[in-house]
Amino acid sequence: MSVVLEVSGLSKSFGGVQAVDGVSFAVSAGELLALIGPNGAGKTTCFNMLNGQLKPDSGEVALAGRRITGLPPRVVARSGVGRTFQITATYGSMSVRENVQTALIAGHHGEWSLMGKATDKHQAEADALLDLVGMRDQAARACGVLAYGDLKRVELAVALANEPRLLLMDEPTAGMAPNERIALMDLAAEIAKSRSIAVLFTEHDMDVVFQHADRVIVLDRGKLIAEGTAPEVRANPQVQAVYLGTGTTYGAAG
Amino acid sequence: MEFLVIQSLNGLASASSLFLVASGLSIIFGVTRIVNFAHGSFYMLGAYIAVTIIAAIGGQDALGFWTGILLAALIVALIGALVEVVILRRIYAAPELFQLLATFGVVLMIQDITLAIWGPEDKLGPRAPGFRSFVMIMGSRFPSYELFLIVVGPVVLLALWLLFNRTRWGTLVRAATLDREMVGALGVNQRLLFTSVFMFGSFLAGLGGALQLPREAVTLHMDLAMITEVFVVVVVGGLGSITGAYLAAVLIGLVHAFGIVLFPKSTLVLAFLVMAIVLVVKPYGLLGRKPSGHAARGQAIPEPLLSPADRPTKLLGAAVLAVLILLPPFLGDYGVTFMTELVIFALFAASLHFVMGPGGMHSFGHAAYFGLGAYGAALAVQWLAAPMAVGLLISPLAAGLAGLLFGWFCVRLSGVYLAMLTLAFAQIAWATAFQWVEITGGDNGILGVWPSEWAKPKLVYFYLALALAGAGIMALRHLIFSPFGFALRASRDALLRAEATGLNVQQLQWAGFTIAAVLAGLAGGLFAFFKGSVFPTYLSIPKSVDALLMVLLGGVQTVSGPIAGAFVFAGLEEQLVRITAYWRFVLGLIIVLLVMLFPKGLAGSVLAWRERQSGDRS
Repeated sequence: MSVVLEVSGLSKSFGGVQAVDGVSFAVSAGELLALIGPNGAGKTTCFNMLNGQLKPDSGEVALAGRRITGLPPRVVARSGVGRTFQITATYGSMSVRENVQTALIAGHHGEWSLMGKATDKHQAEADALLDLVGMRDQAARACGVLAYGDLKRVELAVALANEPRLLLMDEPTAGMAPNERIALMDLAAEIAKSRSIAVLFTEHDMDVVFQHADRVIVLDRGKLIAEGTAPEVRANPQVQAVYLGTGTTYGAAG
Repeated sequence: MEFLVIQSLNGLASASSLFLVASGLSIIFGVTRIVNFAHGSFYMLGAYIAVTIIAAIGGQDALGFWTGILLAALIVALIGALVEVVILRRIYAAPELFQLLATFGVVLMIQDITLAIWGPEDKLGPRAPGFRSFVMIMGSRFPSYELFLIVVGPVVLLALWLLFNRTRWGTLVRAATLDREMVGALGVNQRLLFTSVFMFGSFLAGLGGALQLPREAVTLHMDLAMITEVFVVVVVGGLGSITGAYLAAVLIGLVHAFGIVLFPKSTLVLAFLVMAIVLVVKPYGLLGRKPSGHAARGQAIPEPLLSPADRPTKLLGAAVLAVLILLPPFLGDYGVTFMTELVIFALFAASLHFVMGPGGMHSFGHAAYFGLGAYGAALAVQWLAAPMAVGLLISPLAAGLAGLLFGWFCVRLSGVYLAMLTLAFAQIAWATAFQWVEITGGDNGILGVWPSEWAKPKLVYFYLALALAGAGIMALRHLIFSPFGFALRASRDALLRAEATGLNVQQLQWAGFTIAAVLAGLAGGLFAFFKGSVFPTYLSIPKSVDALLMVLLGGVQTVSGPIAGAFVFAGLEEQLVRITAYWRFVLGLIIVLLVMLFPKGLAGSVLAWRERQSGDRS
């Protein structure tokens, strides 16, 4: 499988805090890579550097061999990166279909067109995407009134609109009911496999991680401490120490 | 050297009263998140009340004078409390633009109340006992009262510092400035805190006004003159920062003092230029911080779906258009004139709606583009002897260029900072028109801007205005539903999401800003030939507020709203001016009531009502 995203030596500090410290990893086409770690491990900082929202202090990010380090989010998006947000971000004054259409307009560089109606653009493509995420029957509803799980599906459709090679999902299942979580990640995994999209996601729910991730990388205090398949990571003593503690805090060894 | 020292002292003296008023505004904003337009009115009231009290208690001796000053400030504090309890308390949850508008309603009301009580003549206050003489500084006579004022600033700054760092109340105020929800969650009586903060801020404004007595005459124009300068000071210093307010007051005071000698024609421009430069380098002011906590959290009111007009709305629109086309031939000159004004205002309002609604940029200085359009046409007629057609081409062009220039700065900010920057740019444009007498005729304006011979009959000009304004409005409506309009609205709805799909939000907003300016300019050009003259008032704050009222009356969230709003507003103002001399008071009252009763605007409320109706049926 071809490598889509390659990250090497990525670092970022805020004041005196080294939020991300020399992190390197790669994601291949069709692969789901989970980025896990306790709160404050640097997951979101890492994510925001990949997406261009933050500029790294050092290190490189390459997309299909092309360097995208430090480019602004819209340029990163244009080079084939879709993303979903931890707190879903959709266009509240638009219907579900219009949300996807607007993303398609952006994907086709059509946002400067003053002619015609936006609602006439890319209808078939929009409906196909909505079919894909199972939101076709709610296409005309306002995004503002949707259930949270449905909103996540709309966001997935929006993120897929410009046919990304890489999909970044920040806590895709946060705030969802357990059965909804599995359903959403099943969907994401299926889409990733069938379209050969590389997926990088952060997640707190370990059931979701171990069920869906092809590989897992573990971040702790900005450093990558483990990498491997789900069973390997689960068996890693260092990971267990980070997640469960070693007892040293209370013992004499500390 | 002598010049430097004397002008610096002058600057420091005027900085003190500026600082008093600005710190009050800043403290109030910090806690309540309301930019209080009426703060300048409290300043004015402080001066008027002090005149009356000192006269009543015979303030020739020091005791009477200083008691009068203090009493005046205390009375203003009580008036502030009244305003807070009766009006502002009810609109803390409203969108910030509505709050700004409501406090502008208070400005209008206080203007007329002051006029009714004290009359139109300027008042002269007594000189301060003990500070009536001069001090010799480097061979120049320098009023000792000015020296006293120079000391007042730092003393008040120190007192405020002690108050906020050494008392429980001050600590609460600082906490509420950082996160008022958290303060509320900790069990602090928020109502009491807010009212007391508002009282305290008003006290400072009243004190600033009263202390001005020995320096200058008390006039009815003090309020708006002061509030614009205070906006500049507060924004330059950083909203919510007291020390920042002092630094900025000194900076602006010095700019004024030296500007008046070096560039007497451009003092107003200078102050606003300083503000623009500071905001570009430090968007949140010298000592301000990026809004966080409750400000960033914002109101979680979901945006309603924006959809093209449905059948009833379209039918209504067609009916209105039919009336506009068919009725005027049967009206007299007065009726035709009135309707011409209506259609021009409708275009003006629609252009503001475009930038505010779909664009999501709250402009408080949209009259700049209207006025620059009018001046563009008038200057072309005056200096190039251009015919009307050329003038009407130049209007949108001139306004568009200004929009391009000002917009570049404005799209880098958001929220209330953006509103204040647009206001500052509008004031620059106004000051230029007002002070550059050789070119613009200053206050006398430019006369003789008449239409071409064929368009001179009032009815013909009405149809011309209707055609152009109608085309402009239709173009804006079309744009809102075009791919560009959707991308613009996407940027407003979810900025990060828009960027993450590849949209260049700043460029889209810049373009939206410029388009709105172009069409406001066209409205201004039409207005210039309609009136036959242009004046600096076309660019003034009240004109911007007129447009805001039209849009907010109609509702920002609907496309047809601003047109309805323009009609209602123009009709209202016309009638009010005819019925009562105190039309400002009535207008102000109406504004306040509207904001309190219809926070969604007229069309928005109709829409909500219709939704409820259909909801009941299903």
